[in-house]
Amino acid sequence: MEAVSPRGSGGVERAVPTRPGRLRVALAGNPNAGKTTLFNNLTGARQHVGNYPGVTVERKEGVRVHGGIRLEIVDLPGTYSLTAYTEDEIVARDFVIDAHPDVVVDIVDTSNLERNLYLAVQLLELGVPMVVALNMSDMAAARGYAIDLEKLSALLGDVPLVPTVGHRSEGTRQLLDAIVAVGTGAHRVRRVPIAYGWEVDDEVEKLAALLEPEANALAPREPAWVALKLVEGDARVRDRVRAQCAGAKGILEAAEASVRHLEGVFGDSPETVIADRRYGFISGACQEAVRRTAESRHEMSDRIDALLTHPVLGLPIFLGLMYLVFWATFRLSEWPMRWLETGFGRLGAAVSGLWPAGSAGALESLLVDGVIGGVGGVVVFLPNILILFLAIAILEDSGYMARAAFIMDRWMHKIGLHGKSFIPMLIGFGCTVPAILATRVLESRRDRLTTMLVLPLMSCGARLPIYALLIPAFFAERLRAPVLWGIYLVGIVAAVGLAKLLRATLFRGEATPFVMELPPYRMPTIRSAAIHMWERGWMYLRKAGTLILAVSICMWALTSYPKPPADAAAGASEGARRAAELEYSIAGRIGQALEPVTRPLGFDWRINTAMVGAFAAKEVFVAQMGIVFSLGEEAADETEAAEPLRQRLRETYTPLQGVSVMLFCLLSLPCMATAVVMWSESGSAKWMLLQWGGLTVFAYTVCLLVYQVGRLAGLGTR
Amino acid sequence: MTEREERRANESVALSSLADGARARLVRVEAGHGLRSRLTAMGLRPGAEVRVVNNRGAGPFVVAVEGTRIVLGRGMAHKVYVAPMAADSDAAVPGSPEGK
Repeated sequence: MEAVSPRGSGGVERAVPTRPGRLRVALAGNPNAGKTTLFNNLTGARQHVGNYPGVTVERKEGVRVHGGIRLEIVDLPGTYSLTAYTEDEIVARDFVIDAHPDVVVDIVDTSNLERNLYLAVQLLELGVPMVVALNMSDMAAARGYAIDLEKLSALLGDVPLVPTVGHRSEGTRQLLDAIVAVGTGAHRVRRVPIAYGWEVDDEVEKLAALLEPEANALAPREPAWVALKLVEGDARVRDRVRAQCAGAKGILEAAEASVRHLEGVFGDSPETVIADRRYGFISGACQEAVRRTAESRHEMSDRIDALLTHPVLGLPIFLGLMYLVFWATFRLSEWPMRWLETGFGRLGAAVSGLWPAGSAGALESLLVDGVIGGVGGVVVFLPNILILFLAIAILEDSGYMARAAFIMDRWMHKIGLHGKSFIPMLIGFGCTVPAILATRVLESRRDRLTTMLVLPLMSCGARLPIYALLIPAFFAERLRAPVLWGIYLVGIVAAVGLAKLLRATLFRGEATPFVMELPPYRMPTIRSAAIHMWERGWMYLRKAGTLILAVSICMWALTSYPKPPADAAAGASEGARRAAELEYSIAGRIGQALEPVTRPLGFDWRINTAMVGAFAAKEVFVAQMGIVFSLGEEAADETEAAEPLRQRLRETYTPLQGVSVMLFCLLSLPCMATAVVMWSESGSAKWMLLQWGGLTVFAYTVCLLVYQVGRLAGLGTR
Repeated sequence: MTEREERRANESVALSSLADGARARLVRVEAGHGLRSRLTAMGLRPGAEVRVVNNRGAGPFVVAVEGTRIVLGRGMAHKVYVAPMAADSDAAVPGSPEGK
């Protein structure tokens, strides 16, 4: 598939001539209309999730063969109208307008018909071949809506109306039939004449006449439609005309004159007038074709909301639920993670066993430490990710996520983030990798990138072993808890500061005003949660997993090669031999080479070398320290076993150096898994490098200040 | 400001000033182009009937329109102007669930 340009004018997705036997189908619709469930029903497991090029908006595609025709179905982000407001809506709109799909399926929440038909009417204006799925038709019926399908369809230009019930998979076949009928031209949808009033019509006609000579440049958009959008003051259409029409200047001036004229006539913007006429058209059609007998929607939801968004109880309930999510993500996954670790350990041992004792060489080390260790390092995150996304799917499908966003928005807004940012940030205390994936709950690119960029500052679980080694080594019993607490606090304060800084610089602009629909509470379905969870897990394995594996093999090579000359290690103990090997390796050499740079922070080559190793995973720092002090990597495994290493650390470094090291581990150099996921989720290496470099420079500055000021204050002595 | 606009402005109050359960007809939204068209598409348009679902101190400001619930930031609720309606004058208006 070709690229959809997020900004329009540049890389526009060109209309692709329809190939026989294939139809490109786009699913559009309001948020909360049940689009995802219908998409799952239409495509089953045959779907593919990716990002639109250059944007963080997700793109879901699937394939279904029906009636001998291959339907390539794209699930567009939810949108309220064709006048795009958020990044998601821009993507949806550009796809419908520029990619010119063979059929657009508008998914409508039938129990909220008039509002949902607003988008449908805009799509009809555009003249795309269209099918309307009247989703949640069961709920609408329960609420006393009786729809005369034939009459409504006739009023809406003979567009096929197919009642569906997404969560019970009803109406899927009929929907597919309708898609094929419209896509193959067997059924034609008429243009609907909406009465905008003669004043508006006159201006639209005048502009359309001016646009007529440019029809080729504007295709597939029709001059009349472009003229209507110009009168509405649609900024993106204006940009398009400016970029693509030879006579743009005259056309845009005429459009401005039309807008001013209409403003004078109506005392209101033409946009408001046109919106009003659309609603008038819809409400006229509904009056003729829809009967309502009872009203009961939302009563249950309102009652639940009275508790869950209670001014006093709302926050504690939210925090309790978040604790549950965190607990499930990291505690519940401990078992499968342990099985995976044991499994990979056994596999490694089995492979090692293929070589006769003593003859093990480079290949064995590559297979066991590089490949099996690397794959294990990738897969070990999977339980976290699956459980986290199961929890997120339940929060989203049940309708609670919208409430949670609101509850937290008051606080998160103050630091320039969205209410929903709270969830990834909380998960960040467990592990940054699933946390970055969890930023998918955020709709706006700005919110998403800001959150992603500051996430590594939430002190993750893998840093805890570092603190557990260093804090007892340098601090008396009574100081240990406050120091640990302080380290976490530094991370949070730094994240808040950095978020504010990003908002003031890179992501400037007023925060999007908070407007959000509260969907009624619904029972989440197992099928939808399972598909959601599987999708995420698979995407992680496929996109991030392969890269993480490649990087971990590089890391293995970095710490293993080159080997010191064989005679140098002769007669030395195992520990001393390992230390000499690490010192001789590329990682050791980098550590030594960096000594002049890091000395002002209080680091020597040993710490540097361990930091290089810690890029593979933060906790590796501890094992590496064990190796450079000739105590072996097991030296730091248990609290007791780490005592000799702590003894050596106490002899070698001051507490001030200890603090500097911990701060550096906290603030700098996100681990490779974070870097890779950051890359794949943000859609460009640029953001990953910015995060990586920015945090490292920041950490360097902080540690330099702490260490130098501390020394001046006389803290540098033992 | 035209005479008509002035008259409208005098009759209308900010949505945020209404209590729970109050019904009103939306008069106008004082916001930029993008936000206004978003609210229109969500059903918050001049002429629409709204009901305040939740306007309690710290809690979310929730308004019912045409059978949906929309949460507005407090700042937004100050910019939406409405003409209050008598509490029970309109039980038959479609799309508005009866209150208490």
